[in-house]
Amino acid sequence: MKPAPFDYHAPRQLKEAAELLATLPNAKILAGGQSLVPMMNFRYVMVDHLVDLGHVDDLRGIAVIDGHLRIGAMMRQRDLETSPELARHCPLVAEALRHVGHRQTRNRGTIGGSLAHADPAAELPAVCLAFDATLHLASIRGLRAVPFREFTLGFMATALAPDEMIAAIELPIWRPGHGFGFHEFARRQGDFALGGAAALLDLGAGGVVRRAALALFGTAEQPVRVDAAEAALTGKTVDSRAIHAAAAAAWLIEPISDIHAGAEYRRHLAQVLSARALVDAARRAGVDI
Amino acid sequence: MGAKHFGARVKRLEDPALLAGRGRFVDDIKLPGLLHACFLRSPHAHAMVRDIDIRPAMVVAGVHAVLTAADLPDPMDRMPIPMLTPNPAIATPRTQTVLARDEVCYVGQPIALVIADSRYIAEDAAAAVTVDYDVLAAVGDCRAGIKDGAPRAHSDLAANVIAHFPLAYGDVDAAFAGAAHVFEEVLWQHRGGGMAMETRAVLASHDPVSDVLTVWSGTQTPHLGRGTLADLLNRNIESIRMIAPDVGGGFGPKAIFYPEEAAIPAAALKLGRPVKWIEDRREHFLCATQERDQYWDMAIAVDADSRILGLRGRMLHDSGAFVPWGVIMPYIAAVTVPGPYVVPAYRLETIVVLTNKVPTTPVRGAGRPQAVFAMERLLDRVARELQLDRAEVRRRNFIQPEQMPYPVGLLFRDGKPLVYDSGDYPKGQQTALTLAGYQAFRERQRAAREQGRLIGIGIGNYVEGTGLGPFEGVTVRVLPSGKIAVATGATNQGQGTRTTLSQIVAEQVGCRLEDIVMTIGDTAAIAQGVGAFASRQAVNAGCSAQLAGEAVRKQIIALAARTLGVNEDDIDLEDGQAVATTGNKPMVPFGELARLAQGIPGVSLPAGQAAGLEHTAYYTPAQAAYCSGTHVAEVEVDHMTGGVKILSYTVAHDSGRVINPLIVDGQVQGGVAHGIGNALLEWMQYDDNAQPLTTTFADYLLPMATDVPTCAIAHVETVNPLNPLGVKGAGEGGTIPAPAAIIAAIEDALSPFNVHFAETPLTPERIVAALRAAGAYERLQSA
Amino acid sequence: MAKQATRITVNGKSHARVVEARLTLADFLRHDLNLTGTHLGCEHGVCGACTVLVDGRSARSCLMFAVQANGCEVTTVEGLSPDAGLSVLQQAFVDNHGLQCGFCTPGMLITLTELLRDNADPTEQEVREALTGNLCRCTGYAGIVKAALDAAQRLRDGSGA
Repeated sequence: MKPAPFDYHAPRQLKEAAELLATLPNAKILAGGQSLVPMMNFRYVMVDHLVDLGHVDDLRGIAVIDGHLRIGAMMRQRDLETSPELARHCPLVAEALRHVGHRQTRNRGTIGGSLAHADPAAELPAVCLAFDATLHLASIRGLRAVPFREFTLGFMATALAPDEMIAAIELPIWRPGHGFGFHEFARRQGDFALGGAAALLDLGAGGVVRRAALALFGTAEQPVRVDAAEAALTGKTVDSRAIHAAAAAAWLIEPISDIHAGAEYRRHLAQVLSARALVDAARRAGVDI
Repeated sequence: MGAKHFGARVKRLEDPALLAGRGRFVDDIKLPGLLHACFLRSPHAHAMVRDIDIRPAMVVAGVHAVLTAADLPDPMDRMPIPMLTPNPAIATPRTQTVLARDEVCYVGQPIALVIADSRYIAEDAAAAVTVDYDVLAAVGDCRAGIKDGAPRAHSDLAANVIAHFPLAYGDVDAAFAGAAHVFEEVLWQHRGGGMAMETRAVLASHDPVSDVLTVWSGTQTPHLGRGTLADLLNRNIESIRMIAPDVGGGFGPKAIFYPEEAAIPAAALKLGRPVKWIEDRREHFLCATQERDQYWDMAIAVDADSRILGLRGRMLHDSGAFVPWGVIMPYIAAVTVPGPYVVPAYRLETIVVLTNKVPTTPVRGAGRPQAVFAMERLLDRVARELQLDRAEVRRRNFIQPEQMPYPVGLLFRDGKPLVYDSGDYPKGQQTALTLAGYQAFRERQRAAREQGRLIGIGIGNYVEGTGLGPFEGVTVRVLPSGKIAVATGATNQGQGTRTTLSQIVAEQVGCRLEDIVMTIGDTAAIAQGVGAFASRQAVNAGCSAQLAGEAVRKQIIALAARTLGVNEDDIDLEDGQAVATTGNKPMVPFGELARLAQGIPGVSLPAGQAAGLEHTAYYTPAQAAYCSGTHVAEVEVDHMTGGVKILSYTVAHDSGRVINPLIVDGQVQGGVAHGIGNALLEWMQYDDNAQPLTTTFADYLLPMATDVPTCAIAHVETVNPLNPLGVKGAGEGGTIPAPAAIIAAIEDALSPFNVHFAETPLTPERIVAALRAAGAYERLQSA
Repeated sequence: MAKQATRITVNGKSHARVVEARLTLADFLRHDLNLTGTHLGCEHGVCGACTVLVDGRSARSCLMFAVQANGCEVTTVEGLSPDAGLSVLQQAFVDNHGLQCGFCTPGMLITLTELLRDNADPTEQEVREALTGNLCRCTGYAGIVKAALDAAQRLRDGSGA
């Protein structure tokens, strides 16, 4: 299983990378390679040019700016996993990262690569959706900001133009003390999820839900925010009954079906895992459930 | 004198080199002028091949040749690969040709061969070849294949059923007619593969000076392979040398002869340069043989006390597109059903069906897991219906140790009546149950339920025929250097053959383990051989090592006694020296004896002295050696997701006398991992057109370190009375009853919901579907 | 397609080569440098037999191109082995029957080297979780886990024996 021939480019600057991507025919970005290279080895994907972003320093780094956590697209998942800033400000993402692949794939895989690949069972797109992240996309035309809800368009399809790459991800930081919950079900550790739920809860006095976010992955063609569940919870006192009633809204999602799991089962998992994630979020926010 | 090496937990001689990355697998071997191969394979499950246009491939830079069937030498171009296990029950013993000529019958069947400077270039060229196919209807399921009007798996064969044999003894009809209870089960076990970490590999090189064709192959059976290759090339067998170097796992699929093992040597001969082919994982998923894929319809008749009166049923076996290993596997499955139980009457009708999938041949367990699954699920059913403890039902039906040797009433695949030579099944089960804490389990289960956790326990018993013939050989020879040369046709894919045989030889000959120089898996080292499959090497090669070692021991003692001028009874062999135990204890090292044994040119040897210090023994077992065991699995089921976790796994294992407990425990533990995979994870899926759907490790799930607990293993050694070592085989026992024990445990965990399972793999999705159908979620909602 | 100049340090030794861009790091190590201890089991990033350290971090060498490792330091199983004898981890594998066919073993050793470097006292569960990126088809993992815990103990003791 050897890949077809291609030319390799290793730019050092974002501008140079954008130019290469725009001018080279049949060119693709090489980020971590953990998703792209297997497809090249299978020859499912054949490129004429690979533009390796591994040496573009501008695309790394993590910093808090104006109530947002800004993460460079080429941050390796392992570096994110061990980042104190991430753990402090967006612990949901740190929790999700523990489920992403294996240590070896996290050592090389990047957050930008995962988001651009847009596998429906991937964890990072779902947590970015839960946060209503903003993606900063770069091309020779400059930078443009895209809200995450407008970024994923369908099954492994994103709003990236063919000559565009993700430069940075911005996560709005939730109030300190917010609750988060993350549950996924996979056949084995590190496998793609057959279902998963990422939840955020901001609770006011008396356990009243000020804000809720619930994103599902592994269920539909792309990660989904369960708006109905969030609406059902907002303004209510969070307890087991409210959570299970809200989680039932996951039943309305249209699931995919493949050799790993059928639609009925995915729908069932979505509901079960939504409830579990919301319970964990409530507990972490200080409510005893 | 107690045994020094035999039975000891000797650390493996194989380990240091492998740990340092100095193993020598086929792809590690470099030869000058080496070329690389890539096969062009059918993307269709069934098609006629109308035309192959190799011209676009020939112009790719770095390509040396593109070969089709017509380019292969006579008789390989047309001759189907010889089948080594003929059986009159097989109506059409069809095997494949090395490269397909006119018709392809499974996805992946090889059609052409590209030879180039590198594998990268060979793949580029293979992609450029265009083939004109007439796609035909395919048989994707053996149940569909036996229906009227089904497509033909082979266009020239009117029937897809190629064998149909009954196996029976006793009066089954009377047993069922007079039974207090009759219960039926429909069972299903789907395909899986051995999935060794190293894929298949073949390297061939012809030396024009000596005219020796050397083939390195990742095979379990180099002597058999050499014989088949000689037939396919119509070449003097002595001019072919086949070597199995380090091989990264076997598990069965590497025991058969594959087309690539003929095509690559043919290419090397044709091009006059060494040619190497390393299978990639995708090819392995398509072309390496697989196992299971059987549908069972069974019924059990019992009396009011749960004693078995009879068993009957029908088994449909998906053979795949060819039968390279005959009907061995379904046959083994059929005769394994009675197991350790007294079954007075038995009738199984076995139907073997051709489909357009890759062939099924023995993979670890070789049909026995399916049989054990059927029997154990039936007994669990009896227990449930009669409200008896599952261990008790088994206890009531065991063959007792006093009944050994026990004739089952069938012929085993070794050609001999199936007679269990030894075994203590009640002791085995009791040992496992005690070790697993079975007695206290109900209390554990109750306490867990109070915490909202569902745990369950399951039992699986088995009897396994191992140590199959026809023979294996070992040569032991003392060298003038004092080292002991050992050669054997036995092979090694991880089972520690070098270490265990060294232990036996060292024990007999009185040398140190490190003084043994062993050649394994090389047809040049010993004239005849068979190889590894059916857990046969401990018996066959082990006994040959014993016999050869014993013979050389006697020669050493005789010569040492003569040399030192003492009686033979006064000689001890220790650490490579013969030492007199009398007088001032003179000694002579083995090397010096080896020189003396050569005699002096022109001078007769003294009367009674043999030439050299050497002996070759080919042990030929009279029949199979019957192992047995009991597995107890404890699981936890998340009834909301269907997720299953194995909490503990206990094995009582009887493989007769144990040569090296470290290695036997490793085989059991490794076997259990395969069993867990078979029960819960591994599933080679095909669509209705026999297109394989799971062709990567992301789709076909192998157990990880988080899926396989460390087993508690107890050894129950019932000595095999039929061979000099008292050993039996140990390679497959860990796998055989695992699905039965695990599925039983899952069912037990979910007993509040009264769901029933008779299939593997049992996926979380199917568990949830069963719970839903049983109303479990409605009940929980309203609770 | 044009070839590329690349310089990679492997087991402490620098190698300058001109290679095709599509040559994987695994094939570069195995065939250009003759370090055949790193094995290929799947070439799609699941089995872990090809695991090496790249700048100290475990990585699947079948999913990297040699040109990506330009300027990097790579450690293979050969680089884990002392000139004479076995390392503490390797000896623990011998003592605990941590290998059978040996094909997955180099990858296991690399992964465990990283684990024990970052976590000197792992629990059994932590060892098992660290090993999920490496498949073994022979041992059922028990011997590997025992070897890892045994090696961790010996390294903590400083005994190395």
